[in-house]
Formats: sequence, structure tokens, C-alpha cells
Amino acid sequence: MIVFEKPKALTDAPLHYCPGCTHGIIHRLVAEAIDELGVQGRTIGVASVGCSVFTYNYFNVDMVQAAHGRAPAVATGLKRSDANNIVFTYQGDGDLAAIGTAETVHSAARGENITVIFVNNAIYGMTGGQMAPTSLPGQITQTSPYGRDVNTVGYPVKVCEMLSQLDGAAYLERVAVNNIKNIKAAKAAIKKAFRNQIEGKGFSLVEVLSTCPTNWGKTPADALKWLEENMLPYYPLGVYKDKTKEEK
Amino acid sequence: MPKVSFNEKLCKGCGLCVTVCPKKIVALKKELNEKGYHPAEVTDSSKCIGCAFCATICPDCVITVEK
Repeated sequence: MIVFEKPKALTDAPLHYCPGCTHGIIHRLVAEAIDELGVQGRTIGVASVGCSVFTYNYFNVDMVQAAHGRAPAVATGLKRSDANNIVFTYQGDGDLAAIGTAETVHSAARGENITVIFVNNAIYGMTGGQMAPTSLPGQITQTSPYGRDVNTVGYPVKVCEMLSQLDGAAYLERVAVNNIKNIKAAKAAIKKAFRNQIEGKGFSLVEVLSTCPTNWGKTPADALKWLEENMLPYYPLGVYKDKTKEEK
Repeated sequence: MPKVSFNEKLCKGCGLCVTVCPKKIVALKKELNEKGYHPAEVTDSSKCIGCAFCATICPDCVITVEK
């Protein structure tokens, strides 16, 4: 009996991500959620700009590629044109928390019934490791070689905390994929975010803390350790809002 | 008996599976695959307990686990 294999909602295309990049894990978790909820035939994904732009090659569902940061706006249209569509966006921090902040905030405020998968690795991956809005204070990147100085460039954006102030957001949770236990919790959160949409409960966002071994300058295993030691204290895991619970 | 198989062509040799195996039986091969990476393999499959931790952390869906 097969206890673990590649989910059907992923294509056979080999992922282009760097060795040890946790994008691949998160792709698989999303695909597993789609498989288990049996919605592959009516799911539409919206790819972002950044490393995850090629998600349209990897998810075995209909995909649209949106302009930089605009994925939630495109998803809004896809969902409103046919409520039977299960619409998700897959966005990195450079997309969702920088150029796409307005779309993120307003789709949450409007309470759009969509699912947002937000991959936060605290750096711009595709463009070569520049400082992102989510880079940690003191973090060394290509554009902050002496560490992020909060006095000149300000503080990181904590997306879950920020959106939790909006009445329109239904479900916000931050998870990580740095160990087996957290990967299983991440899977449960992603599945819940999709189930919320199927049940019409409104805007669901799962922030997944992820790694960028190449641009962090670490081995894949050390990158997971760095995530645990540096990102988890600054970005605490947990449910930041769950309106679906309050309604019961 | 649990059986773990690796699709070596897809493996990028990141070694995350090596770090999570509770039985320490996953290792990177000396040989290179066609992409130029050292792919992962199970060194002693008789010790495998089929926990699928290696497959759970694998970013590239390289691993299939049967029980």
C-alpha cells in the first residue's frame, strides 16, 4: 500500500527551485489539500511574480499569472465571475507584502471568499537576495550588507497581525515548514483555508515561513535552523484570526 | 515491510531527508545523477519503519513510501 506519493494536483514537471528550497514542500501541501478536498476540477490558481511565478507549470489545475502583486485582485474577479470556482493565490513576500500590499489589504477588507497562500522567506529570492519588507531587523542581504537598519529603512511588515485588524478577514494563520511537526500543522492550516472557501466563509490567508538557502548563504539544513532561531521569535506561529470559529 | 523509493532523476541532493530520518539510514550517494547532484538513497532498507518523514520534508516529491 502506498502511504506517500506525489499528489495528483501537481504535474510531473521538475521544480526549478534551488536545492532545499521549501517552496517545493508548500507546493505539495497545497496540492494535497486540493486532492483531499476533491476540488481539482474546479480550482483555479493565480501565480504571482517572483520565484513562484512558475507555479503555473507545477499545479495540475487551471492557472492564471497576475501582474506583480495583483494576484488577489485577479482572484477576486475569478471568484466573483463564478462562485463555484475554488480560487487560490500563491504569493511570496516580495509580491504580497511589498508591491501587492494594497491588493492584499483590500481583498481581505472586502472579505473576498478566496484562499491566499503567502510564502514568507524574508528576502527577495528571484532577483538575487535583496532586502524585502519582511527582512528581519539586522538581517544581512545584498542591499543591507551591514544588516537591516530599522532607523533608516523601518521595520518588517507582519502580515497576519496587520490583517487581523480587518473585520473582513475570516481566517489568518502563520505556520512554518522547518520540521515535520510544523509541516503537518501547515498542511492542516492550508486545508482549512481551502475548506473555508468551499463553505463560503470568506477571506483565508495562510502565511508560511519558508527558507531561501541560496540567498541566505546557507546549506538547506542550516537554513531550516536559521528559520527556527531567527524567524520564529519575530514571526510567532499561530492563528491570528478565526471568524469561522466565532460563528459556531 | 516498508519500502522507500527515490526518483533519483528529480533529486537535487539538498540532504533534508538525511537530517530527519529517525533511523539514520538515508544518505547521499557518491555518484552524481544526470543533473549533477548527489541523489539520496536508503543505505539499509531493512531498518526502515515507513514513517515517511523523508518524503514529508522532501521539496521535490522524490520519495514514494509503501507499507
